[in-house]
Amino acid sequence: MNSIILIAGARLQAVLLLVFSAYMLLRGHNAPGGGFIGGLIAATGFVVYAIACGTADARKALRFDPGSIAGAGLGIALLAGVMAAFWGDALFTGQWLFIGETEDSKGIPLSTVLVFDIGVYLVVLGAILSIAFSLEEAV
Amino acid sequence: MTSAEFLDWSIYVTFVMVMLSLAVAFVRLAKGPTLADRVVALDMMTISIIAVCGVAAVATGVYALLDVALVLALVGFLATVALARFAERREARGGGPEE
Repeated sequence: MNSIILIAGARLQAVLLLVFSAYMLLRGHNAPGGGFIGGLIAATGFVVYAIACGTADARKALRFDPGSIAGAGLGIALLAGVMAAFWGDALFTGQWLFIGETEDSKGIPLSTVLVFDIGVYLVVLGAILSIAFSLEEAV
Repeated sequence: MTSAEFLDWSIYVTFVMVMLSLAVAFVRLAKGPTLADRVVALDMMTISIIAVCGVAAVATGVYALLDVALVLALVGFLATVALARFAERREARGGGPEE
């Protein structure tokens, strides 16, 4: 498809979808959202880009092979689970760190749950994109 | 009529009108003689569903529904583009533009 309007619009929309996916990923613990939905939205962004500008350009924009992204995500998720061992807890127990905690405020909460969510995000992004790109190239 | 009552009435009327537009779009989707008619009807139904999400968020106060509307608006564009490209390819293969 060689429509200049579509290409200009798709670039804007891909950026919008990627920003929204990061927002969905980070708010996931307390509100609807999380790694899975964030990954799906980010994959949609890349698919829009691939439809408008071609699969080769989309692969270049992604920089890494989708399969490697999925593998790295699986590794990160496993790392988040194993981290619990340092505190002597069972596998995949969430560990929390509250920076600047006071009596009535929790400060900045950091957790291994977020690391696990990032892993899920990368797995979903890589898996969906490897399927979508292969389908695009096969047609 | 207090303002709360007025809001309630507005929500009822809006729901009925949006459902009406969904029904009309569905008739076009079922009948639509060409593929282009069906694609436009599907797009129109997506936009009506976005409106339902917005009204439901006001009616129930569940603001997570606004995120649903946002995602639907972004993905609905993708669906329209994908269908348009499907139609273009079929025409290029000489399969006939209609039906």
